[in-house]
Amino acid sequence: MTPILELNHINYSYHTPDGETKALSNISFSLSQGEFAAVVGPSGCGKSTLLSLIDGLMQPESGTMTLNGEPLTENSSRIGYMLQHDHLFEWRTVYRNVLLGSEINGHITPEIRLRADELLRQYGLERFRNSRPSELSGGMRQRAALIRTLILNPDLLLLDEPFSALDYQTRLTVSDDIGQIIRRSGKTALLVTHDLSEAVSLADRVIVLTKRPASVAKIIPVAFSAEYDTPLRRRSAPEFKNYFNEIWKELNRDEQIN
Amino acid sequence: MNKSTDGQALFLKKMRQHRLAVRTARITVLILFLLLWELCANAGVIDSFIFSSPSRIALCFWEMVTDRSIFLHIGVTLYETIASFLLVTFSSILIAVLLWCSRIVSEILEPYLVVLNSLPKSALAPLLIVWLGATPVTIIVAGMSVAVFGSIMNLYTSFITVDREKIKLIYTLHGSRRHALFKVVLPSCIPVIISSMKVNIGLCLVGVVIGEFLAARSGLGYLIIYSSQVFKMDWLIMSIVLLCIMAMGLYAVIGAVEKLYQKRF
Repeated sequence: MTPILELNHINYSYHTPDGETKALSNISFSLSQGEFAAVVGPSGCGKSTLLSLIDGLMQPESGTMTLNGEPLTENSSRIGYMLQHDHLFEWRTVYRNVLLGSEINGHITPEIRLRADELLRQYGLERFRNSRPSELSGGMRQRAALIRTLILNPDLLLLDEPFSALDYQTRLTVSDDIGQIIRRSGKTALLVTHDLSEAVSLADRVIVLTKRPASVAKIIPVAFSAEYDTPLRRRSAPEFKNYFNEIWKELNRDEQIN
Repeated sequence: MNKSTDGQALFLKKMRQHRLAVRTARITVLILFLLLWELCANAGVIDSFIFSSPSRIALCFWEMVTDRSIFLHIGVTLYETIASFLLVTFSSILIAVLLWCSRIVSEILEPYLVVLNSLPKSALAPLLIVWLGATPVTIIVAGMSVAVFGSIMNLYTSFITVDREKIKLIYTLHGSRRHALFKVVLPSCIPVIISSMKVNIGLCLVGVVIGEFLAARSGLGYLIIYSSQVFKMDWLIMSIVLLCIMAMGLYAVIGAVEKLYQKRF
């Protein structure tokens, strides 16, 4: 099976008047259809940069990326991107926030409207269709943001620490909730996080990055037995601790080398 | 909030009393001031030829209402102020958008805007008269010159301080810079646009009155200059009072627009 996303030897540097900062060094990995992968690494190692490169917001200095076997050069409409904050616009209703992407991409067809209503119902937001975002709880806001991304029907979902702005309790339930929604939709997802337990609870594979300039330290496959099939249940599985420790060790080895 | 307890009722009552007290005191101050003025003028404590008096001003106003001349002066000043205000509002939004669109242009123009904004605009008025003649156009331009540069700088600053992540969101949804402008920057800056309109209306009135001082045959500014030259203090003070009322009225209109906007969102 051809991978849906493939990164080959990606390099990227930031340039400021003070000098050059190498952010990514020789990053290579691939994702297959329906896979949920998590990228973890020390803070400031360039995790978010990686997502911006994949989404085409920035161009890598060298290396190639392919999506469904085709070279990924510019902002591809087959990729959906969820940012750290929901950024729902207060001057729009929830419904019109959800339709923002379709509005930008040219046309709001009756099918899109139908799909928006369908998704809002599916994710328990239909009551808030005409509410302002400020009337929603943190979890509901994040769901609305997810619908805004999903409505464009992307092949690949990029998640840039989408739960980090939530308080701990909400965070657990929302990541459980969103994780299951993404699993059920069968989308391929790439999650960036600095929270190791979040990575283990959600992902099929965890890609561990080194300190800046980031390179792939190790790729750790994560598998749980069927009884621990949701993000929240995974946390109480016996294997959970082992995966956590393995990733922890990998991150700290990086510390010792430098 | 649903349950109205005694404590809540007491709180609301106190709040109402407070508001009533403030309102009553405000009106009392005005009435006392007018009374004192009138009495002093009548008793000869102050020279009513120089300081006029409320009754003389009212009488003077009534005379001008009956011969209809006051409507011309109020109308001219109002027209010029509103015209320059609308022009300032539209042109400053337009220019701020253009500056936002091109970073290099904004970098190049920045020092010029700062200089033009800090220049005392009354210095420009004589120049405008020579260039444009003693016409209403000159006065409208004079009104604009007072407000427009500050307004551009104010709007541009608020445009570029819009949350970068919100703009990034537009790009992640495959939008362009045009989408960023119309979906994020302008809608999120509407409160700033309204507050700059509040400042502008006052500044335009200042500019228009300065213009009328120098280059008009009608309008309240003209009336003020003319009456000071012929020593008709009733006219002069009446014109100032009318300007006060006009400024308050114009400000209230924009305040109402703001309320309307807030109610919608």
